[in-house]
Amino acid sequence: MVDLVDETPRVRTIVFDVPGWAGHRPGQHVDIRLTAEDGYQAQRSYSISAPENGNRVEITVELIDEGEVSPFLVEDLMAGDRIELRGPIGDYFVWEPGSGRPTQLIAGGSGVAPLRAMIRAAAATPGAEAVRLLYSARTEEDIVFRQELDALAAQDSRIQVTYTLTRGHGPDWNGLSGRVDRAMLSEHVWPADAGPVCYVCGPTGFVETVASGLVELGHRPDRVRTERFGPMGGVP
Amino acid sequence: MTDLHVDGNALGGLLIELFGRDMTDQLGCCGGCGNVSPLGAVRVFRGAGYVMRCPFCEKVALALVATPEGVRVAFGSLRWLEVDRGTTSPS
Repeated sequence: MVDLVDETPRVRTIVFDVPGWAGHRPGQHVDIRLTAEDGYQAQRSYSISAPENGNRVEITVELIDEGEVSPFLVEDLMAGDRIELRGPIGDYFVWEPGSGRPTQLIAGGSGVAPLRAMIRAAAATPGAEAVRLLYSARTEEDIVFRQELDALAAQDSRIQVTYTLTRGHGPDWNGLSGRVDRAMLSEHVWPADAGPVCYVCGPTGFVETVASGLVELGHRPDRVRTERFGPMGGVP
Repeated sequence: MTDLHVDGNALGGLLIELFGRDMTDQLGCCGGCGNVSPLGAVRVFRGAGYVMRCPFCEKVALALVATPEGVRVAFGSLRWLEVDRGTTSPS
């Protein structure tokens, strides 16, 4: 573990240096296993939050108060600590350039992590298809990667980023407000006839609402790819 | 119960242990409803082990239970699996 970045009060990016890392694709995850002194083990899956970059592997973790693993990762881990990590895992929830279809990313909370890897990869790929991100967060300070996402959207006409806040906002807020619903989807994501590939990541209830809303709006179910967190930040 | 499930993606690591390769974009057919889906898109519920349900009809397709000796695979409605050649295991 080589670097820690506090993204918001409850979300931290952890950068690992993994000797012999074979590289990964945007959207893939790693399994992290912690072993206590008494031998008790806990394992969780975390999305990789940045595109391939040599031996660097970044994950972005939200603190879950009753969690077994995230409090250690967010609060206790220090540079130089060693951790057991397996991956990359997943060939399904993966973004690839060259599909010929626009990309629609929809994030709930820290579900932005794998989608940030995708948007950065798209920005770095000349000729990659256009990408829209619709990102739902609780408050303005809970938006992870905001500066970076805004900069990407400002620099690159293929990239469009829209935020919505679910727990209120200040008077200067110029994004959307309220939870993502069918009306918001129909107005702010690629229409079904543009044929986008959609990647949805967030808590289970959020993903459920968004995925069924997209299908109701005519998006093909096999082009709506989902990654649900579940209540515990991933399956051990 | 629906609040607790995650996607088949989350079992990617365990499936690599079983199959020696990534299985999340490989296709399985549910004998309950006949629909075909990538394993990464099934619904996964956690209990004593992991129950993988068909995303279309919710029948139990496969269940995985870790025992001290290994992993027990209980077959439910999963009728077939199609595994493509030529993709190498990522890890």
